[in-house]
Parts: sequence; C-alpha cells; structure tokens
Amino acid sequence: MRILKSVTGAFGLIGALVLTVALVASGDALAAEKVVLNSGDTAWMLTSTALVLMMTIPGVALFYGGMVRKKNVLATAVQSFAVTCVMTVLWMIIGYSLAFTDGGGMNAYVGGLDKLLLRGLGVGDLSGTIPETVFMTFQMTFAIITPALITGALADRMKFSSLLVFLSLWMVLVYAPITHWVWGGGFLSKAGVLDFAGGTVVHINSGVAALVGALVLGKRRGYGSENMAPHNLILSMIGASMLWVGWFGFNAGSAVAANGSAGMAMAVTQIAAAAAAVTWMMLEWIFRGKPSVLGIISGAVAGLVAITPASGYVDPFGALIIGLAAGVVCYWGAVVLKPKLGYDDTLDVFGVHGLGGITGAILTGVFAIEAIGGTKGALEGNMGQILIQIEGIAATIVYCAIATFIILKVVGAVMGLRVDEETEIGGLDYNLHGETVQ
Amino acid sequence: MKLVMAIIKPFKLEDVREALTPLGVEGMTISEVKGFGRQKGQAEIYRGAEYTVNFLPKVKIEVAIKDEMVEAVVDAITKSAATNKIGDGKIFVYSLDKAVRIRTGETDAEAL
Repeated sequence: MRILKSVTGAFGLIGALVLTVALVASGDALAAEKVVLNSGDTAWMLTSTALVLMMTIPGVALFYGGMVRKKNVLATAVQSFAVTCVMTVLWMIIGYSLAFTDGGGMNAYVGGLDKLLLRGLGVGDLSGTIPETVFMTFQMTFAIITPALITGALADRMKFSSLLVFLSLWMVLVYAPITHWVWGGGFLSKAGVLDFAGGTVVHINSGVAALVGALVLGKRRGYGSENMAPHNLILSMIGASMLWVGWFGFNAGSAVAANGSAGMAMAVTQIAAAAAAVTWMMLEWIFRGKPSVLGIISGAVAGLVAITPASGYVDPFGALIIGLAAGVVCYWGAVVLKPKLGYDDTLDVFGVHGLGGITGAILTGVFAIEAIGGTKGALEGNMGQILIQIEGIAATIVYCAIATFIILKVVGAVMGLRVDEETEIGGLDYNLHGETVQ
Repeated sequence: MKLVMAIIKPFKLEDVREALTPLGVEGMTISEVKGFGRQKGQAEIYRGAEYTVNFLPKVKIEVAIKDEMVEAVVDAITKSAATNKIGDGKIFVYSLDKAVRIRTGETDAEAL
C-alpha cells in the first residue's frame, strides 16, 4: 500500500508538471458516427493484431536475445515473453480503459475507468468498422511491445522481479496516458499532432524510458573493458526480420481499415526500412571498413521506427528521405553519441527507437501530404505542422522522463533494481532462472 | 619414434591430411583449439564498440611417426598449411618413448 500511495502521489506531481509544459487544449469527445461492421477491415485487423504480437514474441525476444552474451540469452528473451503476459493482463484490467475511454474533466490527459476489467465489452460493439474486441486486442499488442522494447537498455543487469514491477507501473502510468493524449482524444490529438502508428507513443516513449533506465541503473560491470560482443547474430537477424514483417501489421494496421491508407502505409514502411538499412550499411562500410550484419539489421529497425509516425501521411519519396535520415541519425546515436556520453544503453534502445522516433515525428511534419493523410506538411506550405510535431515530442519526452525516473526510484527503494555482482558475472540465465543454453 | 604436433589454420586441415597420406602416415589425431602467437587476436566491431578476441580458433594435429619420416612430414605440413600470411601456425616435434596398439598389443614401430 505504501508503494501504491507514493506512486499515486508521484503521478499527481508529474501531472501537475505536465500541465505547465503542455498546451492546454480540451473539448468534447468526437461524436461517434453510426457505422456498420466491415468484414474486410475486420479481417485485416485480426491479421494485423497477430502480426504485431509476433513482433514481440519472438521478434524482440530474438533480436535482443542474440545481441547479449550467451550467459544472458534466456533471461533477455524471457523478459519479452513475460512482458507479453503481464501487459496483457494489465491492459485488460485497466490499461485499455485509461487509454481509450473518456476521462471526463481529465480527458485531456487520461481516460476514465468506465472499461475497467473490460466491463461491458460486448460481441456486437464496434470501434469504427471493426469489432471493439479486435481494436482492444490490436492496441494491447502495442501496450506489449512498448515496454518490451525498453528491456534492451536494461539488459544484463536488472532483477527480473524489479523489471516486471517497473514495467507494469510504467505501462499503466506512462504508456496508457500518453496513448490517450495522442490516440484517445487527449490534448495532443486535439493539438493536431500526427502520429500514425506510434512514433511518439511507442518509440520516443520507449526510447526515453530506456535512456532514463540505463542512467538510473548504471553501467554493466566491466563495460568498456570486457568483451561484451553479441553471442549469436543469427538470432538477432531472425528477430529483426520478424520485426520487419510484423511492422506491416503495426503501420498498415494502424489505418484500422483495409483501404488505400493501409496500402500506402505498407509501401512506405518497406521503402523506409530498406533505405535506412542500406544507409547504415554504407556508413559502416565507409567509416569502419566492413558492412556488418548487426549494422544492416539495426538500420532496418531504425527505418521502421522513423516511418512509424509518418506511415499514413507521407508518399514514397517522403519515405525514402525519412529512411535515409533515420539511417544517419540512428547510426550516429548508437556509434558516436553513446560512447561520447558514456551511458550504457545496452542494446541502443534510445539510439534507435528514441532518436529514430524523434526523426520520424519531425519529418512527418515536413513530408505530410494532404491528399494522403488529410494534413499538409511543411513541403506543402504548412510550416506550423513541424511545431505541432515538436510539441508532441516535447510533451512525451518530459512526462516520460520524469515519470520513468520516479517509478524507477520508488521501485529501487522498495526492492532494488540490480542483481548482485555474483549473479551479473555468472550470468542471469542460471542465477535468475536456473537454466542455461549450451 | 617422433610425435609431430602442428597448430594450423582450420581451413588448411584437408590439405595437410592429403599431403601426409602419400608419405605413409597411417593415423592422425586432431583437435579444435584456441590460442595466439605473433598474430595476436583480432578486433571485432559491434555498433562501434570494438572488442579484441585474444584467442583465435586453430586446429591441432598430432601424428606419431618413425624417426626417418620426420623431415618429410615436417616439410609436407609446412608446404600444405602455408598461406604465407600471419597466423599460419607452428610445428613441434617430440621424442616418443613408446607406442602400443591396444587391440593387438603390438608395440613401437609395429604399432604406428
């Protein structure tokens, strides 16, 4: 109870801070139009939901699992799997309601409790042209992958128990409200922030939480002196490939329809991913002499991250530029910025998801085309859209950073965050889970 | 009798085996080993983080032979295992006191 009280108190404090940061905008919830179920849309969203779940298990699990040392591969992979299970339950209990219901007087910042435990969710209820059950589950897979991404920054040294408690609190107190801001009728959606599939909600959010987590947790023992090379990049390549395929569900699925918007989202997703992968590969080839496997797959993920907010708003040319930019920025973030600043973001979650998300969110404001997504970007003369995008980025960074910091400090005070030295050196697989990989 | 032990590059193993067979070498033991010599280790780079791998994989060959074959065997290994690049390995020759073929009980030269 003491934990709960301090967390609730902290949340209130953060809320007040956000009020001062964010532009206040409130209004009535959009009146729902009378629509009927569309079986094509529903079929695509059922498929998309499965694709996005595959991104986390086994996508992220393998991508991250291959990048750590062999003694930590099981511990790393099971974090994604356990996060999938825990977030599913939490989304059912409270997350969905906080993100996607009307919050009354607080609606600008957080939803309400009307759908606690998914109360009243019926077989005939619609969300747009698809069953609300499908929409709820589709969104659930986003609430799963976002915390799962954060685990990459904390790998090799965080207690499994503390990780689950931290990410549980984080999903309810950070992810659900920010989702509400952008997609649930909160102040950022009112302000006109464009985030088609989660550049802000998923990637900036997880990237910033990852950076804060890496800083609070501290470096791994032996960081900078011991050999911490990835133990199996084939696992990582399989994982990255599953992420790529799953991303069609993530981006094209965010059209919440089987229509032209979904088609364009799919096309630009593929183009940006490939452009960023080639960019990262070329940069490595030029500056490091060899095009590495880890480099090209990291570049692909960077491109996928950056096109995420833009995917329903830009054309293939915009996607090409966004991909190129993401390749350059994320390469710089992982290879130059991280060593320079000295933080140990183990698997470059901030470098790839944080910086890639910011790049994509800003460039969405540049390359948005009215004929595609209904909003003009800077290239079509609407310079103001860039400022609106920056408002979304800033609000997310400030709230996420402060709230993540407080949650970590509270969890750390109550149960500790890091494993002991013997566990860290001997490996998390055996010491935390009683299993090893030969 | 002599025991010739050679550390070579793993991909040269087949070449060495083919070079030794015509000389009448009747058997060979190999193991996968790791080590370093003048080549030192090699640097690997992952997202800009450079790690030096100090011990490189090599193959160790052991052949037991009669004294008069030493020159030919050492010569054959030297030629067949060479790439003329750093890291080709080394050959060591030991004196061998006794040899026994377990199945028949034959000893020394008979057992080779």
